[in-house]
Amino acid sequence: MIWSKYNIFFRLRLTDSLLRGILSMGAVISALVMLLIVIFLILESWSLLGRISPARFFTDTSWHPLEGAYHLMPMLAGTLYASTGALLLAIPLGIASALFIVYYASPRLAKWYKRLVELLAGIPSVVFGFWGLTTLVPLINQIHPPGASLLAAILILALMILPTITLTAYSALMAVPDEFLRNATALGLPRWGMIRGVAFPAARTGIVAGIILATGRAIGETMAVLMVAGNVVQYPDGLFDPIRTLASNIALEMAYAMGDHRAVLFVSGLLLMLMVMMLSGMAGWWGRGHRA
Amino acid sequence: MNPNKPVTAQAISSKEGGFTLGPLQMGPACCDPEPVIEVENLSLRYGDKTALDKVTLDIYRGCITALIGPSGCGKTSFLSAINRLTDLIPNCVIGGHIRVDGQDIHTTESNVQALRQKVGMVFQKPTPFPLSIRRNLSLPLCEYGVTRRSEIDAISEQVLRDVGLWDEVCDRLDTTALALSGGQQQRLCIARALTLRPKILLMDEPCSALDPMASGVVEDLISRLQGHYTIVIVTHNLAQARRIANYAAFFWVKERAAGQLIEFGRCQHIFESPTDPLTAAYINGTRG
Repeated sequence: MIWSKYNIFFRLRLTDSLLRGILSMGAVISALVMLLIVIFLILESWSLLGRISPARFFTDTSWHPLEGAYHLMPMLAGTLYASTGALLLAIPLGIASALFIVYYASPRLAKWYKRLVELLAGIPSVVFGFWGLTTLVPLINQIHPPGASLLAAILILALMILPTITLTAYSALMAVPDEFLRNATALGLPRWGMIRGVAFPAARTGIVAGIILATGRAIGETMAVLMVAGNVVQYPDGLFDPIRTLASNIALEMAYAMGDHRAVLFVSGLLLMLMVMMLSGMAGWWGRGHRA
Repeated sequence: MNPNKPVTAQAISSKEGGFTLGPLQMGPACCDPEPVIEVENLSLRYGDKTALDKVTLDIYRGCITALIGPSGCGKTSFLSAINRLTDLIPNCVIGGHIRVDGQDIHTTESNVQALRQKVGMVFQKPTPFPLSIRRNLSLPLCEYGVTRRSEIDAISEQVLRDVGLWDEVCDRLDTTALALSGGQQQRLCIARALTLRPKILLMDEPCSALDPMASGVVEDLISRLQGHYTIVIVTHNLAQARRIANYAAFFWVKERAAGQLIEFGRCQHIFESPTDPLTAAYINGTRG
């Protein structure tokens, strides 16, 4: 066999274009699926959106979809309260765990602790919900009935997004070049000064990306929250009041919803998607702003 | 100054004798050899591997001392031991004594933060932190308790002028330091080390990652610092060592053995009439 240059280049071109074809096919498929879902959501909700003003979702007096009252605000509030509460708990905890693994724990302990966190990330959400229902809710009930409450939702959600935040912060911190740490140490910066002044700013984009990812999960999480939140449509007066989130509402009512009721559920799905999209848009904008 | 005294903001910001390019002006000149770092029987092991064996050496105040020798002969280990950066390496064991200003740095009561304030270090690869130029300089100052904005600005300007960077960056202090060229980054790192008013600067091949032009600028800068700071510089560029150093120490590593100090003396002596045949061979390029 004669290996001329032409031969090699020809073969390269062939595999190259083959690979290119496969890759672009994959990209097109995933983009198409995304697009189709959005179109589907809009189409399904259009039967309602085309007739009534979107303002009614925020101004109607109550959520009685069968009687034509489509107040989504209490559920939107429930979603936001639960997600925000979970983030407030999980962000400091997650970042602290990542710092512990990277800078403070002995290599052995760090290895095991990290495995544990990875294990936590692998628990299915329904198991979290199950545990919450049988353990957490009765516990909260002893403090303040009924138990199934905003607090339970927050705790379960925090537990669920904790590994996401920890593991992304961990990889971001591990990616900080050793040179930074050596330079900081040579300047006499103590460990905490080094972390605060150098490692954190260097890892910031990665950490924020993890938080955004976790927020997306918290907003969209359905099953576990449904199992522990009590699902009463209301503005909670406190941590011990039951709430219903937008996502659980869809899961709860989709089975029997028809007509306009069905359409309004799709509207809330659209709303959820918009929230997550806005969030990632914000994250992208934030990341660009800080790199510039 | 008592070396054990914790570093205070006053120690860094005091106005005695102007800020930088001055702390040693009142001290004895370089030609008056007064040891500021005394190294006695220094041995250094990483686990089972001995990197340095019984090095005894005095570094003189205000002088530039070049450490030369082939790779792997322990020059960088020697340098890291002086500001205890070796603490970062888990299984590093140090024997012997290093005294900075007459104070043993490896005793339990010695203050490592105070030591690192006194002994600055510049590395081979320019490593500005991923922050603005201003923040790069204020970070170490804040850590040592200098928090007044006006004071930080004054010190930043002074050190940037000292390294000849002020005119190049004064209108973009708040932009990221990563946008600077390699040579500028290295000068910024030197400026950052100077913010703490060190007495001693350790430099680990500060020019070897730079292009010849930038390397020349940094080299001139190092020459300018002579007399104001005590400088210990590792370099593989013999011509550079010859141009800038007052003293030279030649390290060598024998097959399967630890790095050793072969010869130490005035730069002229080492380069023109070395006593050890190994040194002569290395200088003339026949070995190493």
